[in-house]
Amino acid sequence: MTSQTRKDLFKQGAIWAFIAAELVFFSVAGEFLSVSDKAFMDFDNMLLLLKQSAPIGIIAVGMTVIMINGNIDLSVGATFALSAIVLLDSMTWPVFAGLGDWVIPVSWLLALLTGCVLGAINGLIVWKTGVDAFIVTLGSMLGYRGLVFMYNGEQPTSNLNWTLVDFAEAQVLSLHTATWFLLVVTLLIWLLMTKTVHGRNAYGIGNNREAAVNAGIRVGPHFLWNFILIGFLAALSAVVFYSESGSVNPNDGMLYELWAITAVVLGGTKLSGGYGSIISTLGGVIAIQLLRKGLGHIGADTETVNLVIGLILIAVLFLDRQLNRKGKEELKI
Amino acid sequence: MTALSRQKIGGVLARQGILIAFVVFMVGFAMANQRFIAVDNVFGVIRSSAILGVMALGVTFVVIGGNLDLSVGSMMSFSTIVVLDLHDKVGPALAIPLMFAMTLALGAFIGFLVGYLKLNSLIVTLGMLSAIHGLTLTWSGGKNMDIADKEGTWFAIFGQSSALGIPMPILIFALLAVVLSVLLSKTPFGRKVYAVGGNGTAATFSGIPRARVVFMTYVLSAFCVATAGLMQASRSMGSQNTVGQGLELEVLAAVILGGASLLGGSGTVFKTVIGVLILGFIQNGLLLVGLEFYVQYVVTWVIIILAVWLDIAAKRGRLWSPIA
Repeated sequence: MTSQTRKDLFKQGAIWAFIAAELVFFSVAGEFLSVSDKAFMDFDNMLLLLKQSAPIGIIAVGMTVIMINGNIDLSVGATFALSAIVLLDSMTWPVFAGLGDWVIPVSWLLALLTGCVLGAINGLIVWKTGVDAFIVTLGSMLGYRGLVFMYNGEQPTSNLNWTLVDFAEAQVLSLHTATWFLLVVTLLIWLLMTKTVHGRNAYGIGNNREAAVNAGIRVGPHFLWNFILIGFLAALSAVVFYSESGSVNPNDGMLYELWAITAVVLGGTKLSGGYGSIISTLGGVIAIQLLRKGLGHIGADTETVNLVIGLILIAVLFLDRQLNRKGKEELKI
Repeated sequence: MTALSRQKIGGVLARQGILIAFVVFMVGFAMANQRFIAVDNVFGVIRSSAILGVMALGVTFVVIGGNLDLSVGSMMSFSTIVVLDLHDKVGPALAIPLMFAMTLALGAFIGFLVGYLKLNSLIVTLGMLSAIHGLTLTWSGGKNMDIADKEGTWFAIFGQSSALGIPMPILIFALLAVVLSVLLSKTPFGRKVYAVGGNGTAATFSGIPRARVVFMTYVLSAFCVATAGLMQASRSMGSQNTVGQGLELEVLAAVILGGASLLGGSGTVFKTVIGVLILGFIQNGLLLVGLEFYVQYVVTWVIIILAVWLDIAAKRGRLWSPIA
């Protein structure tokens, strides 16, 4: 085993070690501090945790792909909200009145299509204008949010479909529907990134764009596909979440981009691109959700969650830098 | 017309594009609605942009230095809440310096992480966005803050009074803009900020203390945020915990609209002020012609993309990107 692969294994294991540490800490601390009489490592509690991880998790998986590319997407929260509105509103359109419950797959398709189109707009702008993805998606974060408001003013859009709610609350093999979506998405994108040419290209472009261009990879269309992918996943996240809740506020999904990026960075993906793992991102998502639940379990104020997550994020960045110090490239001042 | 002069005209258009767009935009709206350029309306717009503007001035330094600051929104909530809370506990004369000290300490912490430890500024300030929000909520216990005796205090002068017929927020914004503009363009410190953002390695080799310069930009940004928090607190005399939420990205939009490159090394205080005013007047103009407030989001989106696109198109000499 070379030192490189050992290092990689260590880094990929780090997030899971962190999760294990969280579990132990909250279980032990919970014995003394907990306000509830249930144990933290309760089976149902863990199932719920996975389910609650799903909305951010599905987006974070897509964000990993974008960040491996060396790009970023700040518009996912707005895409999430707009897809949710299309999902709930299209079920009430008179055109589909005769469909009965068959309206559900149609609405799903429309919502997912919305996500793909919004992603494609971002991708096309990044490709054709050459403007940095950070700026492009910062702009569309505002723009898409504007579209959300224009759709229905400041009113919430609501439509509860009981068939859909039953589907969303179903448990297969005791895992919730949302959890299944999260796991399947993670698996598929993991396969995409590790076993296909597209995935290999993604790492190549993130690592050294110049070299990738010289190797004949068409960078522009590659970016476009990845932005369509994250748009699709943001919409899928909305579909999974709003099938159950049935009502969307125009401010929903705000700051989701920041949560997703936090999860991805906790999972060890490099902002500069070229390095990252889908499975570790899943770890990052679970770690954050555990922290939220755990702090609640030991009776800490919910406010402290923000404080702790922020500081952990900085600590991870610091540790990562210390472990990876190359020495020769670093300028000594 | 020769190709050369046409290219020159194109270059001027692209370089001063933001200013030209601003003028065209103002003239257009003024023709559509006379009220748009009435003095009280113009004052009203600048006054309501002043808080965003003061924050944008500080972020301009950070961005020119080659870094990002996503924490200004949540830091502004923090300073607003803290100064309101302390106002009733220790009185305004003591509350204001205490609040400034605490906000500057936060800025110094970020500056230390980004400057001296050389951590990625996007992630550090993202983390601090969350951490400071937590801090604010812990401080206030999640409750809204209000000044108990709104009549019997002089605290309102920073947000509600006016001098020489000009509202105080505008005066503060203008004064700070002039001072910081001189600091950036006429002093050695300003030149060092450009040098560090333009080419950090070259700056280091020329003996510029990169870490200290970056550190100072964050302290400066925190100072501006504290000023903005003071203006906000004084204007409303009470506040929610989330008063600055989302402002970080609007501030960044104004700075980018002003033409500062996210890669660092370019941008000016004057252009940032133009960027802030454009955002303010778009919002106002659209409201005056009878559109809802959220239409401005879509318009801002289009304008940001166009502004940055034209800017880089002028630099590379062709409209479409060379990405294969």
